[in-house]
Amino acid sequence: MENGTAHTPLLKNIAQVRQLFPILQSSVYGKPLVYFDNGATTQKPLQVIEAMDTYYRETNSNVHRGVHYLSGKATDAFEAVRKKVQRFLNAAQEHEIIYTSGTTAAINLVASSFGKKYVLPGDNIIISSIEHHANIVPWQMMAEERGASLKIIPMLPNGDLDMAAYESYLDDKVKLVAVNYVSNALGTVNPIEKIIELAHRNEIPVLIDAAQAVQHMPVDVQQLDVDFLVFSGHKMYGPTGIGVLYGKEKYLDAMPPFMGGGEMIQTVTFEKTTYQKLPFKFEAGTPAIAEVIGLGAAIDFIESVGIEAINRYETELLAYLIEALKSIPGLRFVGEPEKRAGVVSFLIGQHHPFDVGEILDKQGIAVRTGHHCAEPLMRIFNVPGTVRASVALYNTKEEVDVLVRGLRRAADMLG
Amino acid sequence: MTINEIQDEIISEFEMLGEWMDKYEYIIQLGKELPSMDESLKTDDRLIKGCQSRVWLHADYSDGLLKFTADSDALITKGLVALLVRVLSGHTPQQIAEAEIYFIEKIGLQNHLSPTRANGLLSMLKQMKLYAVALAAQNKL
Ligand SMILES: Cc1ncc(COP(=O)(O)O)c(C=O)c1O
Repeated sequence: MENGTAHTPLLKNIAQVRQLFPILQSSVYGKPLVYFDNGATTQKPLQVIEAMDTYYRETNSNVHRGVHYLSGKATDAFEAVRKKVQRFLNAAQEHEIIYTSGTTAAINLVASSFGKKYVLPGDNIIISSIEHHANIVPWQMMAEERGASLKIIPMLPNGDLDMAAYESYLDDKVKLVAVNYVSNALGTVNPIEKIIELAHRNEIPVLIDAAQAVQHMPVDVQQLDVDFLVFSGHKMYGPTGIGVLYGKEKYLDAMPPFMGGGEMIQTVTFEKTTYQKLPFKFEAGTPAIAEVIGLGAAIDFIESVGIEAINRYETELLAYLIEALKSIPGLRFVGEPEKRAGVVSFLIGQHHPFDVGEILDKQGIAVRTGHHCAEPLMRIFNVPGTVRASVALYNTKEEVDVLVRGLRRAADMLG
Repeated sequence: MTINEIQDEIISEFEMLGEWMDKYEYIIQLGKELPSMDESLKTDDRLIKGCQSRVWLHADYSDGLLKFTADSDALITKGLVALLVRVLSGHTPQQIAEAEIYFIEKIGLQNHLSPTRANGLLSMLKQMKLYAVALAAQNKL
């Protein structure tokens, strides 16, 4: 894993890192692409692209079912990635790693299966006011079905969670706490150690949405003692269509399956079906095999650079970005969290984020504009949306300078 | 002027502008010049909700002519809204219903009419047509 000194050189030589990403060599509207929309999805390094390509050329076969050579080879590769994910998260057991199609699917799985097992009418689920819709709507749906309610941890004006309010919500009616590690809209890094500890004091399990965390900082599920943790491959240099649910065995074992079908059964008769053990109980149907292979390559890529080194580099870049943005007249940050990762949200004067984003686009600069799938949060800030710049390990200070010049130009044009 | 004459006029105006920056500056200028819609008219039934920016459209039918006023909370969208109003407002429902809108593509802003853009412009154009089609059908009765 991480070995600071051995890995730092790669990031010092950022040009070399950028060479690994074919798309970063491209131009849009005749201008070099400057990609600051990494919170939406990151670009993919060659080794991920090639791993998937090679898989289809040399290994493609269905997993866990064939007697033949290729099927065995595909299954080995597929399961080797599970081990890799286990190590990446420092999970206690391999079968606590469930492949899903992404963060959204993983949260839906837990909402449905955990809900069926543990949630009764009158119970509460705690989420926060700074969640992505993916960590709101599945709980709403489940609560409605189970006759339960949601309690929403309020936000302080700077974008941090109101921990005192959170603490006051914890009682024996609460069956689960589901919050993000890092807010995709504000960049807030939530004190999840504290959130988990407080919940556990009341014997309440916690789900962490780590979609904006695993690409930026080390995550150790045993150290956190988290009960469920979910993320998407595509936001961490891997392919779309693959994500991970980590869950403690004791919960996953007790929860009923989410989807029924092939792969997840032990025996099927028309009267009764018995289910496979973990992890297959939760992996009905043919999985996204090539994407799993791609995810494995993405983890290799991250580990070859070193997640600590990535964290140091991005923290410095983000600080540089924030200082640079402060030089733009009329710019105001939406959310100024105590601790931040990956993301900066802002507005310039009264300019609509869409206008700013469009003028940046014409200069070859990709940012996200809009509500970032966090409409309730935008309502709290009383803004139609924000401009969001989000960094990855391949972004540079020079690109920050291009962004800042682009923003000045947008502000000039919009007058 | 007919709808197509106005479209052609806009196309030649844009041909005189060189770079994309000049085009955008012109659109932004148009957006600023379009009078804001009276707040009392900005009701939900006149709101065309795009994901990114909002557009309000008000239609008035008198003396056989359909007139539009419109607004948007985003300036570039508002500039394009102003162009659409300039092209389509003040004609008969029949003419509007039958009009083919080509100027947006010709001035290189077709991406604004893509469904994925979700800026409300495409929905606004559809809504303008809908008013016209409904009135034209009524007139035939
Ligand atoms: C914090 C957070 N949670 C959940 C999601 C949903 O992820 P996906 O669309 O990959 O399922 C995102 C993606 O934007 C996110 O940023």
